[in-house]
Amino acid sequence: MAEHAGEHAADYHEPHIVPVGTYVMVFVALMVGTALTTWVSYIDLGEWNTIAALAIAVCKMLLVVLFFMHVKYATGLTRIIIIAAFFWLGIMITLTCSDELTRHWEIVPQGWTSAVHIARQLF
Amino acid sequence: MAATHAHPPGFAHQFETVEQQREAGHLGMWIFLATEILFFGGMFTAYTVYRSLHLPAFIQGSHELIVKFGATNTAVLICSSLTMALAIRSAQTGKSKRTIILWLLLTMALGAAFIAIKLRYEWYRDFVEGLIPGVSWLSGGTHTPGVKMFMCFYFFMTGLHALHMVVGLGILTVLVIMTARDRFSPGYYAPLEISGLYWHFVDIVWIFLFPLLYLIGGRY
Repeated sequence: MAEHAGEHAADYHEPHIVPVGTYVMVFVALMVGTALTTWVSYIDLGEWNTIAALAIAVCKMLLVVLFFMHVKYATGLTRIIIIAAFFWLGIMITLTCSDELTRHWEIVPQGWTSAVHIARQLF
Repeated sequence: MAATHAHPPGFAHQFETVEQQREAGHLGMWIFLATEILFFGGMFTAYTVYRSLHLPAFIQGSHELIVKFGATNTAVLICSSLTMALAIRSAQTGKSKRTIILWLLLTMALGAAFIAIKLRYEWYRDFVEGLIPGVSWLSGGTHTPGVKMFMCFYFFMTGLHALHMVVGLGILTVLVIMTARDRFSPGYYAPLEISGLYWHFVDIVWIFLFPLLYLIGGRY
């Protein structure tokens, strides 16, 4: 292996070993996040309850992905696969919702002159 | 290669370097996880659509679930992710196989605890109280039809998640056997790392299921 390591010296790097302290800190942050999301759900924030719950879940996901799944230390190729996966998920959710959630809109557009009227009805 | 037979353990000769093999393994696993993201994503998308169509019913359905068991199970899974990460770290740093096996068994115990809590305190109770559509549904008169839809989402999503947990326990069993047979060293522990990615992924799915099913129905 010595020859190979020499040939690819520029590319070669040892797998990153994450310190135990980092894992413990991520673990504590995840536990605090779980407590926080549970606590927040008992407070009436209106529509912000959903946003808060999803925001905390996304933060927890990022902690797991970056540290437990070592993506912080991964190569660009692996990261592109992950970003592509979430991009496709975004396409699926956005396009599905743009159909399903607009079916009850009963406004019939009648040319550009009514655009202002439509905008007023929507917002 | 002076000596073609002097491969390090676990190093397949189609790869140039150990590092290249490791990267290829990670890439392949992430491509599989991308399909898993879209697999669960389909259900999350359907959930989003039906939630917006039947919001009051979904809130009513969400109130049938018990937050303390959902929260406990979230904590149990986060603990199991930590023990899994520490199992892999033990292999990376060349700890004894006894240490690696102990972390793996602890991960399995936590995974089994998750399923046990789900079965005993949630699904069994749901069965007794008649909250399982098509199997044991007793509350038809008091609930709007959308509640049945919510419970269907609840059982399909948590059921498929639990199925992934069971598969994970099988994978962990294989890892324990491989560790006991001295298959891993600080130079080769790819199966541990790849399986770890799967285990953490299943944890992430639950991180989203917990608030979506138990919490955002408004508990105040």
